[in-house]
Amino acid sequence: MTGQAVIEARDLNLVFHTNDGPVHALKDVNLTVEKGDFVSFIGPSGCGKTTFLRVMAALEQPTGGTITVNGMTPDEARRKRAYGYVFQAAGLYPWRTIAKNIKLPLEIMGYSKADQNARVEAVLKLVDLEGFGGKYPWQLSGGMQQRASIARALAFDADILLMDEPFGALDEIVRDHLNEQLLALWARTGKTIGFVTHSIPEAVYLSTKIVVMSPRPGRIADVIESPLPRERPLEIRDTPEFIEIAHRVREGLRAGHSYDE
Amino acid sequence: MKSVLAVLTVVAAIVAIWYAACAPMNIKGVLTELERGGAQVVPEGAPTRRDMSAIGLVVANSFAIPATWAQERPRLPAPHQVAVELWQTTVMKKITSKRSLIFHGWVTLSATLLGFAIGTGLGVVLAVGIVHSRVMDMSVMPWAIVSQTIPIIALAPMIIVVLYSIGVQGMLPKAIISAYLSFFPVVVGMVKGLRSPDHMQLDLLRTYNASASQGFWKLRLPSSMPYLFASLKIGIAASLVGAIVGELPTGAVSGLGARLLAGSYYGQTVQIWSALFAAGLLAAILVGILGVIERITLKRMGMA
Amino acid sequence: MILVILALILWAFGWWLNVRLAEGPNAGAPLVRLAVPVIFGVTVLLVWELLVRGLNVPMVILPAPSLIATRFVTSLPVLWVDFRQTILKGALSGYIMGCGAALLVAVLIDRSDFLRRGLLPVGNLVAALPIVGTAPILVMWFGFDWQSKAAVVVVSVFFPMLVNAVAGLAQTTAMQRDLMRTYAAGYWQSFFKLRLPAAMPFIFNGLKVSSTLALIGAIVAEFFGSPTVGMGFRISTSVGQLSLDMVWAEIVVAALAGTLFYGLLALIEKGVTFWHPSQRG
Repeated sequence: MTGQAVIEARDLNLVFHTNDGPVHALKDVNLTVEKGDFVSFIGPSGCGKTTFLRVMAALEQPTGGTITVNGMTPDEARRKRAYGYVFQAAGLYPWRTIAKNIKLPLEIMGYSKADQNARVEAVLKLVDLEGFGGKYPWQLSGGMQQRASIARALAFDADILLMDEPFGALDEIVRDHLNEQLLALWARTGKTIGFVTHSIPEAVYLSTKIVVMSPRPGRIADVIESPLPRERPLEIRDTPEFIEIAHRVREGLRAGHSYDE
Repeated sequence: MKSVLAVLTVVAAIVAIWYAACAPMNIKGVLTELERGGAQVVPEGAPTRRDMSAIGLVVANSFAIPATWAQERPRLPAPHQVAVELWQTTVMKKITSKRSLIFHGWVTLSATLLGFAIGTGLGVVLAVGIVHSRVMDMSVMPWAIVSQTIPIIALAPMIIVVLYSIGVQGMLPKAIISAYLSFFPVVVGMVKGLRSPDHMQLDLLRTYNASASQGFWKLRLPSSMPYLFASLKIGIAASLVGAIVGELPTGAVSGLGARLLAGSYYGQTVQIWSALFAAGLLAAILVGILGVIERITLKRMGMA
Repeated sequence: MILVILALILWAFGWWLNVRLAEGPNAGAPLVRLAVPVIFGVTVLLVWELLVRGLNVPMVILPAPSLIATRFVTSLPVLWVDFRQTILKGALSGYIMGCGAALLVAVLIDRSDFLRRGLLPVGNLVAALPIVGTAPILVMWFGFDWQSKAAVVVVSVFFPMLVNAVAGLAQTTAMQRDLMRTYAAGYWQSFFKLRLPAAMPFIFNGLKVSSTLALIGAIVAEFFGSPTVGMGFRISTSVGQLSLDMVWAEIVVAALAGTLFYGLLALIEKGVTFWHPSQRG
């Protein structure tokens, strides 16, 4: 823990103007993410968790307040290629092989050919997909595709990884496996990770910090610092500490709802 | 609303380019006429101007630009000339007149519609046969697909003449050309449509122990509608082209194709352009009507 | 009369053979899938031949296939000259120019949402119009030779190609575009790495539709005036002389050219868009 702030949001607001009138997607959001944190954003749909992640990635513009990424505006950080983004669907290009898909950001960012190949090898190993570089995405299972898309986000040297419900479309068995792998990967690379999910166990299992959000208007209901150790076998989910945190998250979610009704 | 503005801008730009193009296209003829009328043009004498660039001539004789929009037989008539001709030959003429575009349009339209009806009817029947009979599917379908890649319109003159030689003339030969041009797109589209229900939908009917004809009326036919309408729109446009081309080889005296041909014989460019626009308008209206029917049908079926 | 009965028997036999093959256990085999349409085609040709002979159909109405084949072989030099004039000079050059121009314009339009909104409906409308009707005008402008035919082809392929290419370039999903944004990719980077490959299935669709339109345009334009060579010219003059075998021979050439051209495009398409669900089979 270095205590160095990587993402800092102050009084962040975002209002979408739709045909049904303005929608307050984010209201007075304050949050500090430190280097090496694994932060989960959890909440019901419409709570603004994905919007918040997209604001960090400069895919949305806030309408009020400030947010900095590595001390810069999100757009400056985007231009400096400060983060890798993983979407809900793998979104691999069907006309490129897995290896070529991972090379896509490297080509755009102008890495040398030799460097590209070395990096592809390295990240394929990292996500356990050695030997699949020559396959096309549609020849792989959904879980393997999603792993390839994580490899794509890891291939360049971004120290932030933003993941928007990356395992949402996968079944629970595959999901457990990928969660375990993601933790190992995080331990090895020391990246700062922002992770959107709507699964309580997933959030508790993965995170050092859990941000509970609630809808209408989208806002932060609670921020829970996890006391769990960084080393987490799957069995940790049966410990009293784990269940205690999961309970707090559930309480936070419920409080957010009752506020509305 | 934004789209309407964008479309209007594009249309305005096309009209502007059209007017601008009239000047260099028509300038040589205009200058010759003006010189004959005693006007001072630069340089003098049609032969010296013949090999000069048209744009250079326009610049040197900018006073003549308005005249390029008002020639009697221009190489490129101005938009308003075509519009005036269209107005005079549709609204201002009695529809029984030989010079009425409505009369000519009707001659072509009736052949188009008859042919389209025949072609579509046969096409749907064949499609149903193909879907229900494996033999027909395997023997006929490849040929139907291949036939779409060949310019069958090349058959048109022959059909007209052959039918003429056995005493059939008038609307029917053109309708036959229209029919076979709309036939193949309808067959291919309809087969695709009748095959569009997925396994789950077909299995559901199996669990009900539905008969083949129940499956056809309750599932296959309704699912084929979007495909059918898509190919009907292609088919009617093809039918119209067929009817127009069918008027060319015998030197027909009535119909939009005949107007095109007569216009090109006598250099009546304004007449060609107005016939062309009438044909375009007719195509747009026919496709538009099918589009409206499609929307109503699909809406009533709950598919749109 | 015997020939007519023979034709009927042959027809019944051909159909029976196909029924056997199509309902048989090997109906899915590639060889059978090829054999059935071939048997059907051959049967039609033989029945045609027998009926024409048996019923003494005059040549001015329907020549027998054997007559057409003979004419085809003996007229090869003429057919080749016509092919070169109409297909190679008229259709192909116009096709390349028209499709090329449409692709360029599509790329230009793609940069402006306003232009796309404006041009797409107009292009869709024009693509449905009987464009071959411009033939008399273009013949007047560019003369009787192949240049005017190429011009007709350019006009008739331009809009269908444009509409397909513009629609194709707009095919990317919001997620794919966001991904390129997170990489801070430039306009041309995302064009070449994302939008162009994603547009390929649409571009090939446009190319295939246009290939048929190009042949139609080139042939029909010759009905409005041509030098004394060309497939459209030969068809209209041979019809006038009632030598229908020659007309049919030209139609065979047109059919072969159309099928080969289309088949070639389909083959290239298979290579380029192998990844698209419609090609994966």
